Amino acid sequence: MNKSLHLSLFFLFLLGLQVLILNNINFLGYINPFLYIAFIFLYPLKENKFPLLFFSFMLGISIDFFSDSGGIHAFSTLFIAYTRLFFVKIYFRKIPSDYPFFKLNSESIGKVFNFVVTLTVIHHLIYFSFASFSFQNISIVLLNTLYSSIFTLILFFLGTSIFKKNK
Amino acid sequence: MQQIIYFFQKFKYFLFFLFLECIALTLTFNNLNFHKSKFVNSANSVTGIFYSTLSNSMEYLSLKSKNQSLQEENTQLKNDLEKNKLFFSTDISVIDTVKYHQKYTYTEAKIINNNYSKPHNFLTINRGLNEGIIKEMGVINRRGIIGITENVSNNYTRVQSILNKNSNINARLKGNTAYFGTLKWNSIDYNTVQLHDIPRQAPLKIGDTIETGGKSTIFPEGIPIGTVSKINKRNTANSKINVTLFNDMSNLENVYVVKNLHKQEIQLLENNSNE
Repeated sequence: MNKSLHLSLFFLFLLGLQVLILNNINFLGYINPFLYIAFIFLYPLKENKFPLLFFSFMLGISIDFFSDSGGIHAFSTLFIAYTRLFFVKIYFRKIPSDYPFFKLNSESIGKVFNFVVTLTVIHHLIYFSFASFSFQNISIVLLNTLYSSIFTLILFFLGTSIFKKNK
Repeated sequence: MQQIIYFFQKFKYFLFFLFLECIALTLTFNNLNFHKSKFVNSANSVTGIFYSTLSNSMEYLSLKSKNQSLQEENTQLKNDLEKNKLFFSTDISVIDTVKYHQKYTYTEAKIINNNYSKPHNFLTINRGLNEGIIKEMGVINRRGIIGITENVSNNYTRVQSILNKNSNINARLKGNTAYFGTLKWNSIDYNTVQLHDIPRQAPLKIGDTIETGGKSTIFPEGIPIGTVSKINKRNTANSKINVTLFNDMSNLENVYVVKNLHKQEIQLLENNSNE
């Protein structure tokens, strides 16, 4: 009970943060971080994948409602939510019986970095290719992906390090 | 039968994933289409109330510049009125209903949500069906055009910005030679839009003013848009001209929605001749 309440508060917090603050940063005119995907990194690992898929879809579609982007956020968020378990297997070498004890904070920083970077880049690449929706501006898509990923990653690691010290 | 159940058992996550992805894709494609975007947009009551509360609380920060801008606009309107006073006072002292050809009405509105950094940008304004706003009306401010209304709810409206890859607006060269073309945006710089299909013989110079052409029923004639900033030297038939906007699209607040009173009549006529 306590855990699900904690997760739903985290969901609302990320949604509010993204819509109220991060969507309006427009660093250098167009660079925005998408920190809300931290929800997928930090969601506990489970055998049953339905809740994560559903919640990530809801998170994406809520952000789409606010930023008038159709279903692009929902699509890309859902995609990394589905592929997350695959990357957990690759980077952390976990088997299903390890899932209840898995915590991102207690893993070594190098593995966590690889894991987070991969998912972030995949998410941003899908998002920007759909947002641009043509092959004319591939260089812009790639540049946007690069800049936004760096921005998101800096914010994510700063955020996690701050909350780690408080505990 | 058992095989099918086994199949569903084995791929249940993947099938659920595919199902949700299909929903997301459908919404994405519908959103790209001007006439179909119905479900996901910021003109519904939840996001509308959210954004209007936010904009109400932020409004005080820009009061000074807003006052300045309104005063400038008042001065301009007063000067225009003064120019026409002679015309009003000599001939027509009583407004005759036959001579009274009002073509447009304006509704003031406030922008409560503004995007300009994406390839498909939209704005949300705090006026809707209750104030008589419908689909495909022009949105302008003192400096120039802003966009076209798209999705309307009871109290809020989503506006397709001119900074949208789907936006096509009729525009012309200001002056005695009114060559016209189509205004589009290539999603690169939010201060610059592109004018397509302007004829080769048009006498263009850098710094020339571009204004709305009045060939559509959405915008009135002669609303300023921007100045020519770059001309393609190889002046081919499909040449593009860069136009720097008068408006700073990243800093907008008060706007006017233009209602064309003759729109229905014009459209009826055009549809009849097509048949």
